[in-house]
Amino acid sequence: MKIHEYQAKELFRKYNVPTPKGKLAYTTAEVEKIADEFGLPVVVKAQVHAGGRGKGGGVKLAKTKDDVKTVADSIVGMTLVTKQTGAQGKKVNKVLVEEGLNIKKELYLSIIPDRETATIAIVCSQDGGMDIEEVAEKTPERIVTVHVSPITGIQAFHLRKVCFGLEIEKELQKQMSAVVKNLYNLFVDYDCSMLEINPLIITAEGNILALDAKIDIDSNAMFRHPDAKEMHDPDEDDPVEAEAAKFGLNYINLDGNVGNIVNGAGLAMATMDIVKMAGASPANFLDVGGGANAEAIENGFRLIMKDPAVKGILINVFGGILRCDILAQGVVQAATKLKLSVPVVVRMEGTNVEEGRKILAESGLDLVNATDLADAAEKVAKIVS
Amino acid sequence: MSVLVNKETRLLVQGITGQEGQFHTRSCIAYGTNVVAGVTPGKGGQKMDAVPIFNTVQEARDKTGANASMILVPPPFAADAIMEAADAGIEVVVCITEGVPVIDMMRVKNYLATKVTRLIGPNCPGIITPGECKIGIMPGPMHKPGGPWGVVSRSGTLTYEAVHQLTQAGFGQTTCIGIGGDPVNGTNFIDCLELFNADPETKAVVMIGEIGGNAEEDACEWIKANMSHKPVVGFIAGLTAPPGRRMGHAGAIVSGGKGTAEAKIAAMKASGVHHCENLGKMGELCKQVYKG
Repeated sequence: MKIHEYQAKELFRKYNVPTPKGKLAYTTAEVEKIADEFGLPVVVKAQVHAGGRGKGGGVKLAKTKDDVKTVADSIVGMTLVTKQTGAQGKKVNKVLVEEGLNIKKELYLSIIPDRETATIAIVCSQDGGMDIEEVAEKTPERIVTVHVSPITGIQAFHLRKVCFGLEIEKELQKQMSAVVKNLYNLFVDYDCSMLEINPLIITAEGNILALDAKIDIDSNAMFRHPDAKEMHDPDEDDPVEAEAAKFGLNYINLDGNVGNIVNGAGLAMATMDIVKMAGASPANFLDVGGGANAEAIENGFRLIMKDPAVKGILINVFGGILRCDILAQGVVQAATKLKLSVPVVVRMEGTNVEEGRKILAESGLDLVNATDLADAAEKVAKIVS
Repeated sequence: MSVLVNKETRLLVQGITGQEGQFHTRSCIAYGTNVVAGVTPGKGGQKMDAVPIFNTVQEARDKTGANASMILVPPPFAADAIMEAADAGIEVVVCITEGVPVIDMMRVKNYLATKVTRLIGPNCPGIITPGECKIGIMPGPMHKPGGPWGVVSRSGTLTYEAVHQLTQAGFGQTTCIGIGGDPVNGTNFIDCLELFNADPETKAVVMIGEIGGNAEEDACEWIKANMSHKPVVGFIAGLTAPPGRRMGHAGAIVSGGKGTAEAKIAAMKASGVHHCENLGKMGELCKQVYKG
């Protein structure tokens, strides 16, 4: 679960990681009031879950009183388009107003779980403020990675590796070590799946502060973080994906015209791939769960029918525990109840598959039986072409 | 022959009294698995059908000689259950549970490094040696005993699909292992390939991967160096997955240009793995690759 920059910075302050003075605003008037309180210059930052905000015009510096109004007007309520938002962009409902600082040096620091070594990796660089993936590609020697075992937790030698690796001057090493240690503890305490600061700055006055803050929390760990759960911003959710989550389904919207209902994540991905290979294009990823039952199929239909681009639906269910005749009855009932307006190709496999196919064929509805996966993909591709 | 589990396996089930626990325990027993014990703290002394229940894994192992465990407990308790089984010296632990926090799994993995236990999963369908022992939630009847194919996969229903096609093509399986779709898991592709490589009954292997991480790439390098005499058929799901999105499985994500299906397929081709482009035709490809 992603949280906003201002929320991540609240967590930073809770863990004694210094951040610039900042306040949240919803209107230009509020931005002006905060600027009066802080003094100039101030930075106005759009609060949406998307990288590349600066390039998209969502982060601006205001040096004068007039600037503050112009900048606030341009950001509050804007539709921010970055390479991560897609062409439709994201509406900016709130902004973070922060004091301007005298930046001497910009660093990069992130903490991520390293899946291969089962350790927590602290990744940092002296080249802050830039696209870190570009730094990693062009000058990999400028990236310092320190692996911490979750069993030992962070030790002094890990911190020395970071400080010497980043050539932090002697007087600042103690401050830097405290920042890194506190961030590590925050990362573990809150089950983060990503924590990134770009840039982490050193000011002319010799202070280290997190100028930016990105945190993603492991959705599987929300049960032990009720306070983090409250940071969830429903404005950031795709409405259909949010509805799917309510049904306990896993749905991701895509831009094709073949709706997919599949049991199991791997098979759902493979089904999308095979639809594409047959010359059509998937409208969604939808995993109704390994077990799959009639109710899940009905809810799947509901979600897919919200997408006007869908011209045909492919159901691919590999039963086993669920009997195919029961599944077929569920499909017929759901299709009748929801008055489905597009053809549905059904591929199912498992116990009682013959009875299941018979039920579909005799339903009088626009349900097409497929014998196997390849056949299913070809049939649905033909329907939508 | 088979790997890891067979008719000698004595299974205990952690979380046997829950709804899922009861259901899948019965299905394993029906398949012929020797289920010797269940563990549910506080319910020691009771029975689930004919299976005796114990309060701790240690007690269950001491009294029944259990040497494998199937874990079907909710995610907040999964890490604890795995470590309890490892602490009691259980050799094969299969964790079915989906949704275990990543940091929990990192702790578990580091703890297991000091133990004899082999963990399979979490977030997996389990492991089955057809005709002998089923530990997990996969449908038993579609499997065919006797080999020659070994199957290893990150995905549940995708494994069923592959096994179904093998059986339809007339092939049996030695052992099928679902290693799970989480970013940090107990057993990886290379572990399974090593086992299959050493098993004389396994003559060929189906390996099913998906986007995210680089376990498939590592496995391909291993295959190139060690497995030239046994053919491997490989499939990768997720060619059409949009970058940056988690595709159902916690581990299935393309991030920063890494973990793409294209890179994994290229690694397969470069290492002599027979890449299966069209999943619907995997059975046919297996027939071409291994004629028996």
